[in-house]
Amino acid sequence: MKPTVPLLPIVVVVVLAFILLLTAAYTVSETEQVIITQFGRPVGQAVTNAGLHLRMPFIQEVNRIEKRVLRWDGRPSEMPTKDKTYIIVDAFGRWRIGDAKQYYLRLKDERSALSRLDDILGSEIRNAIARHELIEVIRTTKDREPERDAAIEDARGNVGNLYPIHKGRAKVQQEILANAAPKIEVFGIELMDVQFKRINYNTSVRTRIYERMVSERQQIAERFRSEGAGEAAKILGQKEKDLQTIESEAYRKTQQIQGDADAEASEIYARAYNQSPEAAALYEFLKTMDTYKAVLTNDTSLILTTDSDFFKFLKRANPLQPTTP
Amino acid sequence: MEIRVGNTYYNIRPRLLLIVAGAALAISLLSTVIYTVQAESQGIVLRFGRYVKTVEPGLHFKLPYGLDQVLEVPVRRQLKQEFGFGAFGSSNPTQVVSADEQDAERSMVTGDLNAATVEWIIQYRINNPRAFLFNFREPGETLRDVSESVMREVVGDRTVDEVITIGRQEIESEALVRLQAVVKKYGIGVGIDQVQLKNVNPPIPVQPSFNEVNQAQQEREKSINVANGEYNRAVPRARGEAEQRISAAEGYAVKRINEAQGDATRFNALLAEYLKAPEVTRRRIYLETMEEVLPQVRSKIILDDKASQPLPLLQLGAEPKRP
Repeated sequence: MKPTVPLLPIVVVVVLAFILLLTAAYTVSETEQVIITQFGRPVGQAVTNAGLHLRMPFIQEVNRIEKRVLRWDGRPSEMPTKDKTYIIVDAFGRWRIGDAKQYYLRLKDERSALSRLDDILGSEIRNAIARHELIEVIRTTKDREPERDAAIEDARGNVGNLYPIHKGRAKVQQEILANAAPKIEVFGIELMDVQFKRINYNTSVRTRIYERMVSERQQIAERFRSEGAGEAAKILGQKEKDLQTIESEAYRKTQQIQGDADAEASEIYARAYNQSPEAAALYEFLKTMDTYKAVLTNDTSLILTTDSDFFKFLKRANPLQPTTP
Repeated sequence: MEIRVGNTYYNIRPRLLLIVAGAALAISLLSTVIYTVQAESQGIVLRFGRYVKTVEPGLHFKLPYGLDQVLEVPVRRQLKQEFGFGAFGSSNPTQVVSADEQDAERSMVTGDLNAATVEWIIQYRINNPRAFLFNFREPGETLRDVSESVMREVVGDRTVDEVITIGRQEIESEALVRLQAVVKKYGIGVGIDQVQLKNVNPPIPVQPSFNEVNQAQQEREKSINVANGEYNRAVPRARGEAEQRISAAEGYAVKRINEAQGDATRFNALLAEYLKAPEVTRRRIYLETMEEVLPQVRSKIILDDKASQPLPLLQLGAEPKRP
């Protein structure tokens, strides 16, 4: 008879070893880190590299903790700025569990972490807002020159201008981070950044802002209207001026032309009529004759004597002979 | 081996049974070993939770029973997030937020402390699936947060006029550059392709006054045009009329001089004749004139210079009848 190996015990041992291995092995995902606890007390450092790992079966427990960057989304809350404007601030931050052991000891779960973040960041944000004027958390770039709408280029008031800042939004955010990070670090949380998501006027301030905007726009509108009227008046004035100029120049020119012509005509006449005494006598005679033609018309009564040149033959054929008395 | 179903007995050979069972086992094993990656995606393969490789679209093998895990990431899909507007119904869960949140999303304060409502979208793609899966637990939401923050940063540095009218393009490009920088710094694993502004308006209660400005601008142009119209109606005409008057004057001048010259020429001709026989010529002209003039005259009274006191009257013209 061959010596037989006892089959059953071998199978039992193999199965037991397999079960032991299964309970000892655990996986760590890329997205998590693991804290091993022994009877509730953390043992060693956090396991952060993903893959298959081993632990002491039965006595050690696996606690999985998030490794990725997490999001803190603050609740929008109302707070006053340094210039007493009430605004609603909604901020967010990024954080991750930097020291998993510390985190596990102090907080255990995410809900309590978020509640700590709410407390610490909420108050830091409130402090930062109260220390700064509103414009400091609105603007970022200190020396930016705004582009201007040519149409409203020289409007009065603050239209088209940016309010000046000393720090700017990015710096204020950095200050909040710098103040909050150490306070949150003790919980094993690494605060990566805090940013303002939304900043808005509260309802009552908003109404006033709207009123101001409306008045600003109306002011611009008035300017356009007045500019229109002014331009129109200018054009009409120019029209009057041009008309007067044109007409008076025309008058001057016509008078000059006519005067010159009259002068030249006079000269021509004078030259003709004044060339000799005979010419002058003839002219006088001709002109007188012409005048008779014009003056003596059919409603004229003419009393003539026989002494005239015309009727002298009426009495005598030869008037040159003296009449006998 | 016999199997009884109802009253019928089937004769089945044990070997066949074994083959069928073996085949079923093989198929079930194969189905957990084989997987496909869709055309628009990449597959991230994890073994015991640890990243091993990234696979391209197609048919692949993996270890069965959950030893290997495959995560598909749609790297080639163009993704979009809408801010301040939009409706649910997209496959991207972070594309929009709820409607009452949208109102807060689009309200902004500008650098001249005015208010504006800004709606915009970002277009992006997952360009690093490992980073997208493993760096952030909520990459989509984080991207939304960052996008809002960046847009407000850009709008906060501009005046309301820049935001609403003249600076739109600049805002888009500036927001794109900043967002790309932040996303790269964070390592979210996405690439931003585009930032597009949609509706950008003044807040609703202020809108009428913005329209008023536009109207006033139009009115200004209109009154200038009307005035120019009046100018154009009067001045060119006056110019023409002035030309007309000057031309008329010039006509007068030519006429006057021509007449003067005509008269002078005529006189000179007459004078030449007159000088030859002055007495006769003078007499002739005198008598011709009398001949022409006297018949025109209705009543002519001729007196003898010798006659005195009661004068004999010679009626040359016939008196009209008198009663």
